[in-house]
Amino acid sequence: MKSQLAYFNGLFSAGTKNASASPYSVMVRKEVSDQVRSWRFIVLAGLILLTFLGSMYVSLSNLRQATANAADPDRLFLYLKLLTITDGTLPPFHVFISFLGPLLGIAMGFDAINSEQSNGTLVRLMAQPVYRDSLINAKFTASLIVISTLFLSLSLLMTGGGLMITGVKIEPSELVRILCFTVLSIIYVAFWLNLSILLSVRFRQTATSALTAIAIWLFFTVFYQILVNIIIKAVLPDPNTLTESQIISYNNIILTVLRFVPSQLFTDATTTLLMPSVRSLGPLTMEQMAGAIPAPISVRESLLVVWPQVSGLIAATVVCFALSYYLFMRREIRT
Amino acid sequence: MESPIIEMHGLTKRYGSLKAVDNLHLSIAKGEIFGLLGPNGAGKSTTILMLLGLTEPDAGEARICGLNATRNPIPVKRKVGYLPDNVGFYNDLTALENLSYIARLNGIPEAEVQERSRQMLVEVGLEAAIHKKAGAFSRGMKQRLGLADVLIKQPEVIILDEPTLGIDPAGVRDFLELLRQLNQRQGLTILLSSHHLHQVQQVCNRVGIFVGGQLLAEGNVEKLAANLFNAAPWVVEVTLRTDVPQREALEKELLQLPGVKTVTGAANAVEVSGGEDITPDIVRCFVAKGLDVTGVHKKTYGLDEIYHRYFENNLKEDITNEKSTGLFQRSFLGRYKKR
Repeated sequence: MKSQLAYFNGLFSAGTKNASASPYSVMVRKEVSDQVRSWRFIVLAGLILLTFLGSMYVSLSNLRQATANAADPDRLFLYLKLLTITDGTLPPFHVFISFLGPLLGIAMGFDAINSEQSNGTLVRLMAQPVYRDSLINAKFTASLIVISTLFLSLSLLMTGGGLMITGVKIEPSELVRILCFTVLSIIYVAFWLNLSILLSVRFRQTATSALTAIAIWLFFTVFYQILVNIIIKAVLPDPNTLTESQIISYNNIILTVLRFVPSQLFTDATTTLLMPSVRSLGPLTMEQMAGAIPAPISVRESLLVVWPQVSGLIAATVVCFALSYYLFMRREIRT
Repeated sequence: MESPIIEMHGLTKRYGSLKAVDNLHLSIAKGEIFGLLGPNGAGKSTTILMLLGLTEPDAGEARICGLNATRNPIPVKRKVGYLPDNVGFYNDLTALENLSYIARLNGIPEAEVQERSRQMLVEVGLEAAIHKKAGAFSRGMKQRLGLADVLIKQPEVIILDEPTLGIDPAGVRDFLELLRQLNQRQGLTILLSSHHLHQVQQVCNRVGIFVGGQLLAEGNVEKLAANLFNAAPWVVEVTLRTDVPQREALEKELLQLPGVKTVTGAANAVEVSGGEDITPDIVRCFVAKGLDVTGVHKKTYGLDEIYHRYFENNLKEDITNEKSTGLFQRSFLGRYKKR
């Protein structure tokens, strides 16, 4: 009974000013302020803002042509067009994100644990009455909050700017698609964030973990495709000797192999979300295409198409987090 | 004696085949200042980490304030303040911000955090540097901030790992004085580890000598000295102007003197230890042989000698037992720990 009373005491005093926050929320607050004040975040956020403004400028100046193009089934989705069209001088915003997002994630996480350890602050924190996992959870949550705020404000800025400049009403389905794109970008950056946190737990030197994270990123963005192409050329039989169904099955295998890359998953998913007329991410047979009208599909259908990609990204994120959690909990805490 | 506030029963920790801490039994009473003495890699830090539940022991248990440190680390950490060696702070935050972060983590109500942090900084003598960034702090200031960090949670026990490392002598004196005051005014129990023997001698009620993971001796300084040197408590060191000619003959002659146990030394120095104070006889012996004595030094025993003696004995045992691998491993662990 006494313990119950104590529980209620805690419950009622929680709202008053005298209450103390839980260690976890204290840590989150501190980490968020650290991230926001750190130079590398300011630099990267500035970079992303610049590319955002650049690609917005390019797409706004080409908006008239794009919406006038009668052959394009997506021409009426003005706000999605804002995110995707380009005249070739600058890549569209979502391509920039697939490129800069990993850098942002890596920059925010590569020294999460090992800098605390080499500074001697880790032992000091662990000597306080806090659970060890609070720290790694707080690090992840704080970075996630910062990333989410950044992307959400960018997409709202885009929508608002579009409203002001064109004066065209936004369709609910467009809003949903843009929000889904935002969430997807957050998940994508969260994957790289978790990967770099994992490396920061694994390696004692911040330089090692940063370089390893960048190496992984470079491998996936540049070398993986080259490697896959070389292997395919060496292994696959000559396409001229194959039947059509064999070519399709081989194509599917190649696509599956390429989709081990997170950026491929992200690109697949964003294209589908931002271009409503995309209805499949694999090759379609003539029978499947027969009778199909080139028209946009509904949000739900698009989401169904990208669902495997999204769950793949989430799974990769969770695996990285679980690994770093495991390693960190087993870790000897000493300088 | 009052009831023990820190108890260790058969505490053991292995790193691979090396025993960092080997079957440690120790209890420390409330209000005591206990000094844990030992060379680098002796297992002092490991013991402290096990006391705080930051490292799991392989066998045995550590109890603080009646709580098992491995099973209930959070309540233990609420009652114990720990100042690690090489304590670090967030360099971009000011002293006050660093301290109030720790205060919040300890669940101090938000309304009191600022006030208490400020008070604590004044108490450890950092009032001039409250708004200075911790990155600009000197080693001594960091140590003070570390102490404020430890005290802000109002602990019952404070554990300090090498607290005087790298501070200048005046800083050390102030720091130790602060510790003594805390102990007297608030009845805090203090456990500190060090290899700076004289400093430990100044403040500790009791010391434990810790070598190779084992507690070789414990007690106050006088008791330790009595234990160790009842065999040969007197040592006289004689220095000559030139190297000793016919050392063996001289040693033989010295051993003839009443009470002399051992004769050691190299080049132009001779060390004679024995059961009685026969300094005049020794000097006379040298003079009779026509040797030019430039210095005679009678050694008195402080903690330094006690500690050296224990440490030397331990090394000799290792060598006689042909455990040279153990020696190698110990120095390896020392390096590993300091990384």
